[in-house]
Amino acid sequence: MIGLLAAAALRRHPARTVLAVLGVAVAAALLLDMVMLATGMRESFRRFLLVQGFDLRIAPKGTLPMDTEATIGDADGLLRTLRANPDIAVATPVLGAQLHVIERGRTVTSFAVGIDPATQADYVLEAGVSPGHADWMVANAAFLAATHARLGDTLDVAAGFDPQLRVYTGRRRLVLGGRARFLYTAADEPVAALPIATLQAMGGPERADRVSLVLARVREGADADRVAAWVDRHVPRVSTLSTNVALRQVDERMGYFRQLGLILGAVSLAVGFLLVATLVTVSVNERVGEIAVMRAIGVRRRRIVQQIVLEGLWLTLVGAILGLALGLVTARQLNAILSDFPGLPSTFHFFLFQPVAAWRSLGLLVACGALAGAYPAWRAAILPIAGTLRREAIA
Amino acid sequence: MAAQPAPTPGAARAPVVSVRGLRRDYPMGDEIVRALRGVSFDIGAGEHVAIVGPSGCGKSTLLNLLGVIDRPTAGEVRIQGRDVGGLPDREATAFRLRHIGFVFQRFYLMPMLSARENVELPMAEAGVPAAARAARARELLAYVGLADRERHRPAQLSGGEQQRVAIARALANRPTLLLADEPTGELDAATGGEVIALFQRLREDGTTLVVVTHDDALARAAGRVIQMRDGGIVGR
Repeated sequence: MIGLLAAAALRRHPARTVLAVLGVAVAAALLLDMVMLATGMRESFRRFLLVQGFDLRIAPKGTLPMDTEATIGDADGLLRTLRANPDIAVATPVLGAQLHVIERGRTVTSFAVGIDPATQADYVLEAGVSPGHADWMVANAAFLAATHARLGDTLDVAAGFDPQLRVYTGRRRLVLGGRARFLYTAADEPVAALPIATLQAMGGPERADRVSLVLARVREGADADRVAAWVDRHVPRVSTLSTNVALRQVDERMGYFRQLGLILGAVSLAVGFLLVATLVTVSVNERVGEIAVMRAIGVRRRRIVQQIVLEGLWLTLVGAILGLALGLVTARQLNAILSDFPGLPSTFHFFLFQPVAAWRSLGLLVACGALAGAYPAWRAAILPIAGTLRREAIA
Repeated sequence: MAAQPAPTPGAARAPVVSVRGLRRDYPMGDEIVRALRGVSFDIGAGEHVAIVGPSGCGKSTLLNLLGVIDRPTAGEVRIQGRDVGGLPDREATAFRLRHIGFVFQRFYLMPMLSARENVELPMAEAGVPAAARAARARELLAYVGLADRERHRPAQLSGGEQQRVAIARALANRPTLLLADEPTGELDAATGGEVIALFQRLREDGTTLVVVTHDDALARAAGRVIQMRDGGIVGR
């Protein structure tokens, strides 16, 4: 019966109830978006780092992975050292360089990664096959579009361009064997991958036996941070970044995003709270006579409180459910806009839907709705019955 | 010591209501308004009593004290032998639910509930199972002549019909005492007559009924009339 009365109170002014629900929905949508933004970037970055299961990124001393053009010398020695550690299950080298595709007098410049095809973690093959021998390469759709090449074509490619002498240090004819989606580069950036030995050879003496980065996966059960420290101790010319440390750095650098999200989320909660509290208070003020009569005929204070809190909860719950749907739609749109930012990997998202974030938002809103109903409910529960009926009679 | 009035006719029949030296003062700014000045009377089981008097004489204050929705400044109200004047809120609420039925001048039905749901409300609060309270509500609506209106909302009923639904609601938990405050005050003569007829029927069925009214016809229908003036009883 209390539920029936709460629903009846909300139905009494349908337009007002609908407007309040829409207001709560907007606040809920903003809250969800802010929660998704605050937690989504970090989670997206974590997934981004762990997408291929590599725990360690070993870069030239004092640099971040692929952040500069610096390379690590004696790559074979480094790999031997790493592979000698029983806690390192896999170590795969990566060399980054510019690759020029020369076609009928036209040159298309792209980014290329030299990889070990057996252990590489840079791309997912979408069509064709991975490099099977030294003169084989794969590329992404943007590369195919820019070069007008098709799978199976043989391309004239060069690397190590010297702008003063206007010559390349290495030039090869490579077979385009596969189309791949690259995980760490922007979706619209032309990228190719070829065996690291080929790219090193094309880069001339400056690239011989050098790598930009080594990705390492630690053995199951091993502590990645301890292994990272071990690498830094044994190979002083490198800096090793574990996923945990990278995430801590991301947390530090993106802290302001989280703060922004938290502040805007708190504002949206406050708006929802005030909206529901105002509406329920107005509604209670309009029916103090009815409430006094209910008390007079024997309805307990607790029931009055339950009914009014329930009104607040229903407003909030319906608004929140609508708002969560609205929040998902707006988050998708905002994510699409922000993801168009140049240079961002296609696998990176600003707004990431996580069920726990939705539940958290819903929980916060429901708690807010209950609190918003609590004040008018308390006021209604302590109404003096006789005095209220007398005032109503005079009115 | 204030003189106590002689026992009233109701006292001879094991009083349901016994009021002794009842006073109610209201603070009004720096002054004290003495709404009731030591009222005493008894009401027997099955009696129909009308309380009449000019506006502001303390009729409604007396009814509120009988209905346990207000507390006396001094004196005693006993209903079925229980002193109800000083009950804490929780016990007073439970007492009202089980023993008191209220009928108000403005009906005060819940506007979004049907007639039947309005009648069920006190029973739901008393924990009566849904099927039993629906059956009782139908029975009561039939009793007040509204069997065919159970699904109607208050706005779809006339004033007289609304007041009859309110009477059915007041009877829902089989109260010891039915209290009505100006029950015909908002009704025209014809519909007021319907309510008076219903009260006469209630009286015949043995309901103990106290009505505060300005309506002479309603007062005449009562078995006993208590006349009030300036917070005291001036005639019976």
